[in-house]
Amino acid sequence: MPTHTTLAATGNSVVAEAMRQCKPNVMAAYPITPQTTIVEEFAGFVAKGKTDCEYVTVESEHSAMSACIGASAAGARVMTATSSQGLALMWEELHIASGMRLPIVMANANRALSAPINIHCDHSDIMGARDTGWVTLFAETAQEAYDNTIMATRIAEHPDVMLPVMSCLDGFITTHSIDRVSVMDDESVAGFVGEYEPRNALLETGTPVTHGAFAGLGGPYFEFKKQQREAIENARAVVSAVGAEYSALSGRPFGAIETWGMDDAEVALVVIGSTAGNARAVARHLRADGKKVGVVKVRVWRPFPYADLAAALKGMKAVAVLDRAESFGAEGGPLYLEVRSALYDLETRVPVVGYIYGLGGSDVKLELMERVFSDLADIAAGTAAPAGLVYLGAREEA
Amino acid sequence: MQQLTEIRWHARAGQGAVTAAKVVAETALAADQYLQAMPEYGPERMGAPIKAFTRISSDPIEIHCNIENPDIVIVLDDSLLDIVDVAEGLTDDGVIIINTCTPPEQVRTAISIPATARIACVDATGIALDTIKRDIPNTPMVGALIKVAGVIDMDTFKGLLAKNLAKKFGQEMIDANWASVDRAYEEVTVA
Repeated sequence: MPTHTTLAATGNSVVAEAMRQCKPNVMAAYPITPQTTIVEEFAGFVAKGKTDCEYVTVESEHSAMSACIGASAAGARVMTATSSQGLALMWEELHIASGMRLPIVMANANRALSAPINIHCDHSDIMGARDTGWVTLFAETAQEAYDNTIMATRIAEHPDVMLPVMSCLDGFITTHSIDRVSVMDDESVAGFVGEYEPRNALLETGTPVTHGAFAGLGGPYFEFKKQQREAIENARAVVSAVGAEYSALSGRPFGAIETWGMDDAEVALVVIGSTAGNARAVARHLRADGKKVGVVKVRVWRPFPYADLAAALKGMKAVAVLDRAESFGAEGGPLYLEVRSALYDLETRVPVVGYIYGLGGSDVKLELMERVFSDLADIAAGTAAPAGLVYLGAREEA
Repeated sequence: MQQLTEIRWHARAGQGAVTAAKVVAETALAADQYLQAMPEYGPERMGAPIKAFTRISSDPIEIHCNIENPDIVIVLDDSLLDIVDVAEGLTDDGVIIINTCTPPEQVRTAISIPATARIACVDATGIALDTIKRDIPNTPMVGALIKVAGVIDMDTFKGLLAKNLAKKFGQEMIDANWASVDRAYEEVTVA
């Protein structure tokens, strides 16, 4: 059984620790707020000889991901971290990493995109990378960020998956807050993730292979993409199995979605990331007053857990979906669209209302959660119709 | 019932508020408490007014938002009293601890604060210059915090302080920091 040590540490610090424990062979990274302390601490581990890893300093995130792709194709276990504009600059490489089926693990410190300039938390960066083919996990807390990093390594390298995995934590809120976190001993983590056995490695010169070759008209491009879809569909079962195994090891629960109060809830709030805690805290108070409210947290964003959401939300009198990102011109934010889609095949229609909140690190006050539950109560009681998209807490004049 | 204490720190960048908030959090952890310590990040430059937040609780802390109704406010620089509403949202039975030579009765006339809230004053800068020989008031302010509000244990705090300092400094610096904590504990006045 593992030895558990409780720390007072930031999310970034324990992500760096988890990466060290997963023993990557190569890290190529470029600093960007609020991710920087991950790669900074990891660089410290390399400098002090605490990990045997080739650390490549590069001149941009585009180069960081390019170097990660090269190293991963060569046969190395590869990790990196980024945020916001950095993730945006990686965009074309993100597709190449997933298209070449390279099990790179990357932490993303969720941060707003310019313009206007903003360094604080929202999910604009990661939602922009939604269709790049990466398996994507979200953390609510520093603890989950640590746990997700370790699970990500196993999920990425699973023979049925072989896809890059992004492990996302909320910028500043989770990356920079000191929180109470339990970490495991090195040996237990190393045992859990195991040795990486690359397939089709470029440095296996005895069995030469080509990666990412031309597959134009009449070539296998179309079929490659079909295989990518099969791989990320396979990830559903792998995430579930790895999660169960990790849960047994760590003693902490894991699910693609995590529900609170949903056994007898009449209304529910669906949310991703650190705001789930705010929603639960308010839900606890409402429960104490006899209100049948529930909270559903989405921890795995890609592959999206449609069936789990449908099962959890079936029969709800009203559902609120909170998005910390925009999808301009769409009916609502990215999570809203997915939840609506997840509920489409239910026999009885569930009223769903969408909220955009917390963009650019706008403080997620508890009264905002109270307002959402109050709206849900009105819809459930039939005294109000579901409103169009709400910009939750936005000032009329700013 | 959850025992939750919320602390808001006001300081100027470079005075060690974030470091102090961190050691307070570590001290709470050593007592098997749950904790959160987060600075409010903005464009950082030495001397700019900054805020930091600490939550200490008997149970896991779920919420992730700024502290608007602190039980305790700690002000590391009294020049902030004129430019920041340091007591904003302070609970009626709360306490504000200020690094200043001005007595608490006089501070009360200068800031907006609930009549029932306590004001505690200590010359942490003077103490720091005397003991540590540098204008770093964060450590003595924790001594005042322990005297006025409890929240964390003195011996545990001093132990962790020594452990943190030992990474960069010798015993002399540890002794000086301990002396600054003890003096602030003795000298803080409350009204």
